[in-house]
Amino acid sequence: MISASALSWRYGADPVIDGVDVVARPGRVLGLIGPNGSGKTTLLRLLYGALRSPTGQVTVDGVAVPELSPRETARRIAVVVQESGGETAMTVAEMVLLGRGPHLSTFQRAGAADHEIAAECLERVGAAHLAGRAFAGLSGGERQRVLIARALAQQATHLLLDEPTNHLDIRYQHEILHLVRELGTCSVVVLHDLNLAARYCDDLVLLGGGDVVAAGPAGEVLDPAILEPVYGIGIRRLDLDGTLHLLFDLEARV
Amino acid sequence: MFGNNHQGVAVAEVYVAQRRRTTLWVVGLVAGVVATGVIAVGTGAIGIGPGTVARILGHQLLGFPSEVTWTPPQEAIVWQVRLPRVLLGMLVGAGLAVCGVALQAMVRNVLADPYLLGINSGASSGAAAAILFGAGAGFGQYALSASAFLGALAASLLVFLVARSGGRVTSMRLLLSGVAVGYALYALTSFLIFASGSAEGSRSVMFWLLGSLGLARWDALLAVAALVIGGTAAYLTVSGRRLDALAVGDETAHTLGVSPDRFRMRLLVVVSLCVGVLVSAAGSIGFVGLVVPHLARRVVGATHARVVPVAALLGAILLVWADVVARVLLAPQEIPIGIITALLGAPFLLILIRRLHATGA
Repeated sequence: MISASALSWRYGADPVIDGVDVVARPGRVLGLIGPNGSGKTTLLRLLYGALRSPTGQVTVDGVAVPELSPRETARRIAVVVQESGGETAMTVAEMVLLGRGPHLSTFQRAGAADHEIAAECLERVGAAHLAGRAFAGLSGGERQRVLIARALAQQATHLLLDEPTNHLDIRYQHEILHLVRELGTCSVVVLHDLNLAARYCDDLVLLGGGDVVAAGPAGEVLDPAILEPVYGIGIRRLDLDGTLHLLFDLEARV
Repeated sequence: MFGNNHQGVAVAEVYVAQRRRTTLWVVGLVAGVVATGVIAVGTGAIGIGPGTVARILGHQLLGFPSEVTWTPPQEAIVWQVRLPRVLLGMLVGAGLAVCGVALQAMVRNVLADPYLLGINSGASSGAAAAILFGAGAGFGQYALSASAFLGALAASLLVFLVARSGGRVTSMRLLLSGVAVGYALYALTSFLIFASGSAEGSRSVMFWLLGSLGLARWDALLAVAALVIGGTAAYLTVSGRRLDALAVGDETAHTLGVSPDRFRMRLLVVVSLCVGVLVSAAGSIGFVGLVVPHLARRVVGATHARVVPVAALLGAILLVWADVVARVLLAPQEIPIGIITALLGAPFLLILIRRLHATGA
């Protein structure tokens, strides 16, 4: 469980995040949604400690993040960031094995058990056949899957993903998010696509103008009355076969 | 489904294949270093056969063979003159190569080399002050090296202070401050040469700037170089996994439990010290630190725990051969070694650029 209270961050004089509370519960997928520039990625970075909020605090399973060493943090929180490291000469296998680093001491080398874990994680994202390939030679979608495999290889109790469906075709968008759900770990996902959020997130936090506009179960947050003013677009909501769908219409803007 | 591990073999296979390849290269390169040493010690104005060289070295180091079958001048040339020079060459080559590896990871730029941080410019200013104005005379026979080292230290401190902001050193700030400090100190060196008005002195400074192993002797300097360069190579090898993470990106390093700012700061201290010692011992020898890391990555892949030792061995071999060429090409006159490494390195760099372009397309 990750729980954060009263977080804030500013770039220069402009506050991007201002007094935000977030709770990610065990076994549930929390989606961070909001328009461009609403601070989704900043909030995610505050959660895993890449940015230190000057106010409030973040705790992981009850321990304040600043009290954990970077390695301890990496064993509790695995993150898929948007930085791909495309220029590296590493193979896919080496890239995924990097995820084992937080579990190895300085003088310890990755062993058979680590190879097993790395291979299993590659298989889970459907990228086992890429193990021997150069990471730099992969397509955007293949890279993203390998980076997710690396995060899985960290075997952390929490998984954070910053727009993991970027660069992925429709099938892999669903496969990746389905996988995140199936993991059953406490996950936080930054998502642009509200329909994906509707389908794969248990809870949502809607950000707008540096504040939390709405937070709660996905079905409650994805209310056209809440979303329309934040996104500035007309929204219709359909419930088909128990799944929620959103349709957008620029002309019907409120 | 996850239990089926024919894929598990794949990752392990990739890993084992790379490790076997590395082991083969390391064994081959160690043999290469030994052979290079024996041949290089025997080569020069007076040629001495490899067999004789091996016997003299064996006699000196192990007391075997105990029977002396060579002349005293031969022994003096091998033991007193050429061996320290070849050893210094190996150390400097290895040091430049591993510092190049570290810097390319630190700033994530394939064109980074050990002189990127302006440390050599600082050392040059120190050396010029010593040669032209007798600075550091209190250090006796070490006046030149000591003065160069102080210059290097001052330059790295300056780079460090400029690049550091809010307890962080980002790669961009590091690059920019290195270049700025480098230019400023280069200007200072030129000014010192100009102000001294001594043609002989400026020739000595020029010679030093292009690098030379001519100062090599069995002295404290050689011991310090061995200690610092050995320590740096060991530290970088052990830090291999953290270098891997840093080379991918700061954000990635952070999520893998490596604090990029703290680690980069530590690397900066280690590399500055090592480059300072290198430059004070042998002047600025270009291209080795830039080119050798690329060669090493070509043969053993991108994992730094493998790249660092392989680069060290490759650098050692390369620099000693460059020195042999420098000694014999215009014998008895000696060419600054930096000219040789630049002549060899520049075409290599062009090939590299073509390759990069080809794979980028």
